[in-house]
Amino acid sequence: MEARMPDAGETSGAGRVPAVDRLISRPGPWLDATGSHPAIVLSTRIRLARNLRHVPFTHRAREDELRQVLGSVERAATRAASIGGGAFLSVHELGPLDRTVLVERHLVSHELSDASRPRGLYVAPDERISIMVNEEDHIRLQSLVSGLMLGDAWAFADQADDELDGSLEYAYHDEWGYLTACPTNAGTGLRASVLIHLSALVLTKQIDKVLKGITQMGLAVRGFYGEGTDVMGNLFQISNQTTLGLSEKETLESLERVTRQILSAEERARDTLLRDARVQIEDKVFRAFGTLRYGRTMSSQEVVNLASAVRLGVALNLPELPSLSTLNELLVLTQPAHLQRRLGKVMDPAERNVRRAELVRSILARGGGDGTAEGRRG
Amino acid sequence: MVCQICNKNPATVHFTEIQDNRSSELHVCQNCAQEKGLAPQSGLQKFSFSQLLAGMVDEMATGEEEKVGPVQCPRCGLHYTSFKETGRLGCPACYSTFQAKLRPLLRRIHGSTRHTGKHPATESESVARTRQVQRLQDELQRAIDKEDFERAAELRDLIRTADQAVTREGRPRANPA
Repeated sequence: MEARMPDAGETSGAGRVPAVDRLISRPGPWLDATGSHPAIVLSTRIRLARNLRHVPFTHRAREDELRQVLGSVERAATRAASIGGGAFLSVHELGPLDRTVLVERHLVSHELSDASRPRGLYVAPDERISIMVNEEDHIRLQSLVSGLMLGDAWAFADQADDELDGSLEYAYHDEWGYLTACPTNAGTGLRASVLIHLSALVLTKQIDKVLKGITQMGLAVRGFYGEGTDVMGNLFQISNQTTLGLSEKETLESLERVTRQILSAEERARDTLLRDARVQIEDKVFRAFGTLRYGRTMSSQEVVNLASAVRLGVALNLPELPSLSTLNELLVLTQPAHLQRRLGKVMDPAERNVRRAELVRSILARGGGDGTAEGRRG
Repeated sequence: MVCQICNKNPATVHFTEIQDNRSSELHVCQNCAQEKGLAPQSGLQKFSFSQLLAGMVDEMATGEEEKVGPVQCPRCGLHYTSFKETGRLGCPACYSTFQAKLRPLLRRIHGSTRHTGKHPATESESVARTRQVQRLQDELQRAIDKEDFERAAELRDLIRTADQAVTREGRPRANPA
């Protein structure tokens, strides 16, 4: 698995990066299926946008200024008590495959993975906090935790933000709060989001009504898209839209309230399904599990959709299914760049599909299908 | 729900816009959203708010705001027209430079123009003053609503005094560089 990787050095100076090696060996603690309602809410994310007062925003800054920002943030993060001792990656010096691994892992955005300018990523030892440097804003501090845990995710991000504030001078305006490159983020600079699995609402065709309700509450909702227009894996991301006027606490409370309402709606829809269509649901779940377990070639999208069906089964307490954390592991580790990086070579989609099916079988053989109760509570 | 543009694909991108207390909604599919520059790429990327914003700025440029204030930031050299195209400001000082234009825009985006969240540790004193002004303004509004004009006049004077203190302290913080 740690075979030398001939394609890792697509850009000059990029060899094996130990920090990326460590990342791909495990799925990331934010998908360990702990926290509140992990069967329905996969993860909670808090993002804070910050800029340094005396440097133009990233898109207007000179290269030497951006390098200074990288240095300042690296020093500040390394010194910070709650997140120190992590790894700092010069993203622009990584090969394209490693950059895509970071995108697949939700550690960096597409914008940050563009290597044309000096950009960095700081990852705290437990991967719970990460900092994108020189994205649209100089600093995008992110906290990512498993389950519906807005309070915890906020507490981690807030503390790290305070610690960085001790060594950096943030751009701040009394009236308009933290100043950001795009005025849509000014104020708190906070984007809070939950990644939520709404399979029963999709199956019972109530999802459009629910999504419409969410937007009327002033929140944004997005599907997790694959090819075409199908929502992939019945996964949706719900987040706040505005950052000026409401305090962080009010923003989080509003997202929490709406998320809990959606959770209840999903749970009710699941009860209805079990009552009215138990055999059909069980059939769907176990067919999906069978395909994952015995299939010989599989696209990423297929894995996500099959894992979604099995996840519903786990939440409904059907027997002999893998644990939630195993399903989460499938979602992350079978993505194209993770797979190729793990196997140490760049592959075409057809070969990837074959190797992906092998990986799925090995993860399931190792971690699931024994009906353990681990992480089963919805 | 079907996409309101192509009337074919399921609508999966949802926008709500509030203007003059009227809320209008747009439900479109991923393809149409992308074509109109409203949507992100696949995966967990954020909405392309800046593009959406650029559209809003354009619309507003025909209004009164366009005639107010300077057109170029003295600090970073960004022209306001460039902000209109990209939806991104050039540096923190752009906020002060273009404040006359930004204030109505911020109100439209967020429904508010006043930050009420956390602040950097070093800002506490001036923020406390701003908070005081804010409280007084809220009270003023209540007095006006109750038609208590005597109290309103008092409050207006208090606000004027407090506001001057905030302005003297500088917003944003004076630049030592």
